[in-house]
Amino acid sequence: MIQTLEQPVIRGVRFFLAHAPGLVRYGSKPSRDLSRDATIAAAIASHLRTYEAAVAYPPNRVFLGHIHPDTLASISPPWFASAAPGTRWGAHGEIMPEEEFYGVLKICDAFDLVRLEASFVEESRAALAVHPLLTPADLERLGTGFPEADIATQCGGSAPALPLYLRHGRRIGCMQAAHADDASLAADVLLENLTCKASAVMAMRTLLAQEQLDPVAIPYVLNSGEEAVGDRYQRGGGNLAKAIAEMCGCQAATGVDIKGFCCGPVHALVVAGSLVSARVFSQVAVVGGCALAKLGMKYRGHLQHDQPILEDVLAAVAILVSADDGYSPRLRLDALGRHTVAAGSSQKAIFEHLVSQPLTRLGLHCTDVDKYATELHNPEVTEPAGSGNVPQLNYRVIAGLAAMHKEIVPAQIPAFVATDGRPGFAPTQGHIASAVPYLGHAVDGLRDGSLQRVMLLAKGSLFLGRMTQLADGMSLLLERNA
Amino acid sequence: MQLQGKKIIALGERDGVQGSAIAECARSAGAEVVLETTYCFV
Repeated sequence: MIQTLEQPVIRGVRFFLAHAPGLVRYGSKPSRDLSRDATIAAAIASHLRTYEAAVAYPPNRVFLGHIHPDTLASISPPWFASAAPGTRWGAHGEIMPEEEFYGVLKICDAFDLVRLEASFVEESRAALAVHPLLTPADLERLGTGFPEADIATQCGGSAPALPLYLRHGRRIGCMQAAHADDASLAADVLLENLTCKASAVMAMRTLLAQEQLDPVAIPYVLNSGEEAVGDRYQRGGGNLAKAIAEMCGCQAATGVDIKGFCCGPVHALVVAGSLVSARVFSQVAVVGGCALAKLGMKYRGHLQHDQPILEDVLAAVAILVSADDGYSPRLRLDALGRHTVAAGSSQKAIFEHLVSQPLTRLGLHCTDVDKYATELHNPEVTEPAGSGNVPQLNYRVIAGLAAMHKEIVPAQIPAFVATDGRPGFAPTQGHIASAVPYLGHAVDGLRDGSLQRVMLLAKGSLFLGRMTQLADGMSLLLERNA
Repeated sequence: MQLQGKKIIALGERDGVQGSAIAECARSAGAEVVLETTYCFV
């Protein structure tokens, strides 16, 4: 048995966005508000963006690698008013229109729970037929569809199906419940889980195709999404990792889900790196699908400011961790930051554990890290709703910590935030917005030598589940492979 | 501000000051914390 450790690296990362304005009504906040007052439907509908507007939106373009985060910082707000044309595919992934994403949902539906209307199936099939990541076998799974009358019947049945709409209100199908008496298999829960699966499948397929990876050579998949897959006897106990692997041709893989709210992906990267380092697996894929529940989360603030509802995209990520190739950025497993139980909840204590302690172990200072990737939520989404600029809050604390350690003087705090921080550009999609959105740009920079070190740090709101008052956090240092 | 003997509701934010940190400060100043909670706005 070989007993030496392997050096793990980030071999590749890709992202996926689905423009899903028709699903905004099923975000948690809009759906709760709509159940109390159906009249707000008109206001929501009139503030939904076109696909072209979502494609051109600068934060989405940063997310998909069209433009660098530094470029975003130089674009004057409001970003949603930007007239710069965009394209579907960026260096790090694509943004798919809703007409096609509904087709992908059907393709990923293993239990015939999605029923699409027959004429819509043909429209979706025609569009998906030219998609480079979908096969004839995928298109066969679309079937022939159902008559509109059948969908109307399903939506009015005893275990009502959830009608599926396009942005402009056309009903194109429905999502059925899988069990009449099981809240864990209700139509809305299954829609949440299936969108998560389908978006992660597309991110993973993009990664496999563009990095020219053999799917059969992937032995293990870690899903870091937050969706609760399971039935009435084990709510949330299920596994999306293997379901995603199945749809990506990873015939030799198994996998497991790692949960940690927003810091799930960073935990998963640490686990993946450790498995590669210990030579348990030669490579491990880390995936995270979207969070349907977060669509339209801040829509009230957007309506109040008469701006478009910007939380209209579903986001996913796929990352491959593999053994050292001499080229890709290294994961420094000897410099992990952990927000421990005993650490306390003050921001100083949290950031001491996540930033200062791991750097000190390597004899480094805060200023030795070129870029910090923390909560990267787009402030244009959060500020109109009074939720502040989350990335800036976090970067100010890191800068304050550097000042406390006398690595910079207090007057340098704004400059540190500007140079070592990143403007927020990620959709508010839970775990997807925490640290990992920068990974595509980080890998590019660490490969071309413009960056030497990047720290990913993510925080998870464990208290939301009411089992502890604690939050969590995890950090990971990436280094140029020289 | 005199907190000795006062009842306190500690509402915190994950990316700002967390509820438990506010509660700890309030207790150390002699207040009774009747509710502490932390919100996440993203």
